[in-house]
Amino acid sequence: MSAAAYEPEVRAGDSLLSVRDLVVEFGGKGRPTFRAVDGVSFDVGPGQTIGLVGESGCGKSVTSLAIMGLLPARGNKVAGSATFDGTDLLTLDQREMSDRRGRDIAMIFQDPLSSLNPVVPIGVQVAEVMQRHQGLKKAQAMQESRLLLDRVGIPDPARRLKEYPHQLSGGMRQRALIAMALACKPRLLIADEPTTALDVTIQAQILEVLRELVVDSGTALIMITHDLGVVAGLCDEVNVMYAGRIVESASRHEIFARPEHPYTHGLLGSIPRLDGTRAGALHAIPGSVADNIPWTGGCAFAPRCTNATAICREQSPALEADPTGIPDHLLRCHHPILPGTDSTHE
Amino acid sequence: MNPMQRKKDRIDKLAEQAAGASADVPDAGKVADTGGVSLIASAWRRLRRNPVFLVGLAVTVLFVLIAIFAPLLAPHNGQTGYLLNQVTPNDPVPGGQDGFPLGADGQTGRDLLSRLILGSRQTLIVGVCATLAGLAGGVVLGTLAGAFGGWVDTVVMRLVDVMLSLPSLLLAISVATLFGRPSQWTLIVAISVVQVPIFARLLRGSMLAQRASDHVLAARALGVKRGPITFRHMLPNSLGPVLVQATLVLATSIIDAAALSFLGLGNPDDSSPEWGQMLGKAQDYFDVAPRLAFWPAACIVVVAFGFTLMGESLREALDPKTRR
Amino acid sequence: MLRYILRRLLQAVLVMFVLSLLLFAWLRSLPGGPVDAMLGERATPENRAAMRKTLGLDDPLPVQYLRFLDNAVHGNFGTSTGVQSGTDAFSLFWQRLPATVELSVFAIIIALVTAIPLGYFAAKRHGGLLDTGSVVLSLIGVAVPVFFLGFVLKYFFSIEWNLLPPTGRQSADLNATRVTNFYVLDGLLTREYDASWDAIKHLILPAIALATIPFAIIFRITRASVLDVLGEDYVRTAEAKGLSRRVIRGRHVLRNAMLPVVTTIGLQVGGLLTGAVLTETVFAFPGLGDALATAFTTRDYPVLQVLILMAALGYVIVNLLVDLAYAVIDPRVRTR
Repeated sequence: MSAAAYEPEVRAGDSLLSVRDLVVEFGGKGRPTFRAVDGVSFDVGPGQTIGLVGESGCGKSVTSLAIMGLLPARGNKVAGSATFDGTDLLTLDQREMSDRRGRDIAMIFQDPLSSLNPVVPIGVQVAEVMQRHQGLKKAQAMQESRLLLDRVGIPDPARRLKEYPHQLSGGMRQRALIAMALACKPRLLIADEPTTALDVTIQAQILEVLRELVVDSGTALIMITHDLGVVAGLCDEVNVMYAGRIVESASRHEIFARPEHPYTHGLLGSIPRLDGTRAGALHAIPGSVADNIPWTGGCAFAPRCTNATAICREQSPALEADPTGIPDHLLRCHHPILPGTDSTHE
Repeated sequence: MNPMQRKKDRIDKLAEQAAGASADVPDAGKVADTGGVSLIASAWRRLRRNPVFLVGLAVTVLFVLIAIFAPLLAPHNGQTGYLLNQVTPNDPVPGGQDGFPLGADGQTGRDLLSRLILGSRQTLIVGVCATLAGLAGGVVLGTLAGAFGGWVDTVVMRLVDVMLSLPSLLLAISVATLFGRPSQWTLIVAISVVQVPIFARLLRGSMLAQRASDHVLAARALGVKRGPITFRHMLPNSLGPVLVQATLVLATSIIDAAALSFLGLGNPDDSSPEWGQMLGKAQDYFDVAPRLAFWPAACIVVVAFGFTLMGESLREALDPKTRR
Repeated sequence: MLRYILRRLLQAVLVMFVLSLLLFAWLRSLPGGPVDAMLGERATPENRAAMRKTLGLDDPLPVQYLRFLDNAVHGNFGTSTGVQSGTDAFSLFWQRLPATVELSVFAIIIALVTAIPLGYFAAKRHGGLLDTGSVVLSLIGVAVPVFFLGFVLKYFFSIEWNLLPPTGRQSADLNATRVTNFYVLDGLLTREYDASWDAIKHLILPAIALATIPFAIIFRITRASVLDVLGEDYVRTAEAKGLSRRVIRGRHVLRNAMLPVVTTIGLQVGGLLTGAVLTETVFAFPGLGDALATAFTTRDYPVLQVLILMAALGYVIVNLLVDLAYAVIDPRVRTR
């Protein structure tokens, strides 16, 4: 039950974080174990943005929490490796890991209101990261915080420093969270659905802040999202996840131009398009993630897949190079939708 | 949010939880009977495997059985001074011996064990009567406030809030003072007055939740009058949390009764023994025979603990939040 | 913030108004009526008639109510008939107050320093042995009558092992100087440290007995509240920032988890008075609770009246203070 068919060539000096065969299992006494993440591998290099895409519940957030060492200790099993700059993060103990969190690797969460401490001023919440990792004194750290808030586009930062989360707008809260994440100039940033809770116009602004960051400072960015619009605007490479496994992995251009996995296809088909080549209804993917079956002995997507045949229910597909021979396009499917075939079999 | 508010909110939240529990039931017309059954059935399935509940239930059932069959179980009657001949100035409380395992109850030389067993009956009566009286008062006030709303609601709830703001024992003592001569009834009334605001608030909150629920709206849309809606639809569905609370209140009633007896507010006539009263009287012998205080107190603690365990687990079982 | 304070003040005044009505009604319905309330049951008929006249009991009720209010505001409640015959009831209250305040402060400190850490660690190790054990302990704490615990403590620590004094506030042979009537404080002020220490020894047992119920309740609230907060996103954010355990615990977990605890402490003040009546009786501790119990058994209505009114007033004031404290520690209330 290994997903090791995919072994990307190691590009020396290119990869900052290299995740290999990451497996996360939940379970406890008396409960069946549940594989939330199943053999996920990917790389991200400096200045590069990769996307982890999928519906909620597909394991993308768990992947990021496992890399950060933030999964609750009890009832979880994490296996595989996540090599960051030569060190396997998964082997570090809590103390060593907490030295790196916020300094080398930072994370931005989905809901900015609940992710900010309601009874501590914004400024303190930004400054505490620098006090912890850079040994700054409080006054110094507050000074730096003001500059940071300014940099992420919060107007009147001196005043906002002293304000509390409930006094800020949703967009400003997310900017404040980004400021916290950027405080120690991390080399890797993980953004977990950073725009989901925001208005569309604010979403664009936040994405712009992140894009500038990657371009200007060469930070590596892992973008976790279910929103293909975000992917289109930001990511260099895209990993589509389903039920804990990567089902398709390719460059942004490839994914949008030639989605080959029926699931990816479905995700794209459920976005309204203005150019309207496919006049008619949007294509919803039938069913939900909850309908999936374990990857053992079959394709987890089979119950929802329009292309599914007997083999899909009997044999688990491996992540393999694209059958048409396009480099760096990987696929986990018995019946990919190849160019020229119709997707829906209507 | 302020403290007094919080005390109220806690009660209101309980009401909401249970209201939500019965609002699960889809069929509007039949909610009163089928809803109750399925809710109780599902709660029972969970409770059956809950050791905390089972311990509480066992203690409670044992206590009630002892209270019912007390005259049969007690080895002697509670009045005769069997050990009177052993009372001496140096040792006023005869100790345990053949036939009298716990010894005498004091200088009167009566059998302590028999009086403890017989005492369970009075204790149960005081606890149950006080809780029932509190429940009745609370239901009347809560129904008034919940069914009528408007200024009736405001006036009733203001009064209830003020009663909640008084320390409970102080309220009980104030009420007890109004009786010329203390008796068992003083105790019952004083304790029940303290419970009234709790029940009233709980019931009102739960009825308000019912008023907005679909089946009441449906009944109202069908032109059912206010009286029938209140008594046939809202009240039965609102009683759940109130009855669960009653289990917990029984525990506090028994403890409060003991406290009041201890302070001398209880029944001074000890021909029908009661644990709180026995505990109060035991003070006189505390230096020579602390066991006179120990036994009734231990009985009170065990019984109160049993009711508390049962009430807490009942509440948890009926709380939709923890039902998953 | 100002509106919040004003609204709370208004609420407190309203509660006091309804309370005064209730107290007035109570006074009028006492067996024997207000005359007995002032003179006691043993007064002669002539005295009664005179008192009826001076009290103006033939006036209309609203007038009587206003007179009652006027008396209450001036601390004019009559003379004690049972607790300390001949003493003015209101001065009796002030005389007894320091003892109860001292006892309550000790009890609440004991409850806080034990319940909050225990609640925190029980939540941290949710489902573990410490958690289960302390939950059971808190359930027992609620079920054990205060006075029984008092007896047990007294029996073992005073009678069996002779470690601590069984009754009173201070050993009589000390002849300590009185300044504030807070005995521990007095000893510190006059540098009679042995007097302070003696007063503390007298406080330990009653304070522990009195602390059980607040302990149980504060423990449960702390535990539930910490459990809630530990599941909050902002705690995960704090961890993602790599903050030290100390900062996460203090600034992110406890500062949030303490908010409901603070309000609970306010509510416990009412419970403390209930407990004080029982504890002070057990330990013959000369405070307000002891006075209340005696006033009841001796039907000392003037003293009862003062005590009930002042207890209610104290409760309202303490809760008002807690509300204001709450506004200070919770920015969501403060900056609205």
